[in-house]
Amino acid sequence: MTLKFTPDHEWLQLEDNGNAIVGITVHAQDALGDVVFVDLPEVGKSYAKGEVAGVVESVKAAADVYMPIDGTVTEVNEALRADPALANSDPQGAGWFFKVTVANRAQFDELMDDVAYTKFSDAA
Amino acid sequence: MVPFAGYSMPVQYPAGLMAEHHHTRTAAGLFDVSHMGQLRLVGADAAAAFESLMPVDVIDLAVGKQRYGLLLNEAGGIMDDLMFIRREADIFVVVNGACKVADITHIQASIGSRCEVIPMPEMALLALQGPQAVTALSRLAPGVEKLVFMTGGHFVVNTGTQSIPVFLTRSGYTGEDGFEISVHHTQADALARALLAQPEVKPIGLGARNSLRLEAGLCLHGNDIDAGTTPVEANLLWAMQKVRRTGGARAGGFPASDSILAAIDSPAPGSRKRVGLVALERVPVREHTVLQDLNGQPIGEVTSGLLGPTVDKPVAMGYLPVEFAALGTRVNAIVRGKIVPMEVAAMPFNPTHYFRG
Repeated sequence: MTLKFTPDHEWLQLEDNGNAIVGITVHAQDALGDVVFVDLPEVGKSYAKGEVAGVVESVKAAADVYMPIDGTVTEVNEALRADPALANSDPQGAGWFFKVTVANRAQFDELMDDVAYTKFSDAA
Repeated sequence: MVPFAGYSMPVQYPAGLMAEHHHTRTAAGLFDVSHMGQLRLVGADAAAAFESLMPVDVIDLAVGKQRYGLLLNEAGGIMDDLMFIRREADIFVVVNGACKVADITHIQASIGSRCEVIPMPEMALLALQGPQAVTALSRLAPGVEKLVFMTGGHFVVNTGTQSIPVFLTRSGYTGEDGFEISVHHTQADALARALLAQPEVKPIGLGARNSLRLEAGLCLHGNDIDAGTTPVEANLLWAMQKVRRTGGARAGGFPASDSILAAIDSPAPGSRKRVGLVALERVPVREHTVLQDLNGQPIGEVTSGLLGPTVDKPVAMGYLPVEFAALGTRVNAIVRGKIVPMEVAAMPFNPTHYFRG
């Protein structure tokens, strides 16, 4: 189970099939407050790293969700669309956003691990 | 905490905006709104003088009764919206925090020769709102339960260790039953703590104040109405009593009354009007979002919008040409480049629960 983090406060977890699950971090949902709306990417669509793949909107603010790596979206979390509060209650579990193929493994590997991300988000 | 009207104010307490919103709708929420301006108008001519600044009936307001008012500039724009109540010896006025300095300057300059204009910077203001507000407050200040919506009086709040004199009104900014309590700043802390010690009461921040007032269909000055908006455009004709309108005994006589009364009597095609809007998809539509007709032509803008926690759907206020203002009219909001269909809807979005006796 390899868990990685981005400077945009997203997490990626590698699945057995080689795809990555993507969501927002505990720190991100804390900063956003109560999440009331998510917009998710299109299944089957390919994205380049850094492209806007969705939106997470809280009572306080709306933030873009960026595609953290090059890849093609294989699945989105319809349960999150129906109940955006999952992003608050279980951000690194049931509140995942989408699944994406890992087109370039090196891009994945160079993301932060949990130690580096903790340091990064503490400094933020 | 965020800067707001020169004050540092909480957007939310640890419970969070949603929980605070629901708590106010089901129990009682305490808001510190001491940033708002309080003032008194004193003198035999005070009511007539104040009436010359607003398109509302001040003269006929009975002692103990409160009313909503609109301070207009020379162009008929809404400098501020306010609440005022006639008391035995004066008219007590509460204005918005962001406008209070300009308001007091304007009132002083306009009618200072006809009555005394007395700012009350020494007074704090607490709002206790929600269906259980009366239970909590009457425990400490017996008698307040006899007040009805938009009336007020002097009371003493007994905290157990001290007796705090207050002036309060049964009104607020949430659509719920509740009170706004004017208290000397030296006793505001003790009063707030005594209210928070009641089992029904929790502190509520600015965020929930905004979602509560929007669900209640109440305007936020600076967003939904401003110095460039007339009462007619703002769809606030309910605030203009008949006596001040064409055919009334004291018709006109307020700033820009000729153009405002003309706009009421013969609405100009294409003029804009404040409407309620509900999104037909579960996407919050925020302020400044552009509204288009179904052909893609820009026709208006959202001035306030969020996902209403109680109504559980995205609600908004905005301005549309009168031709698009009929209930049920479909328009499109453009949110992050995508079309979100919206429908003109009646306000309040959530039924109000004022105590009318």
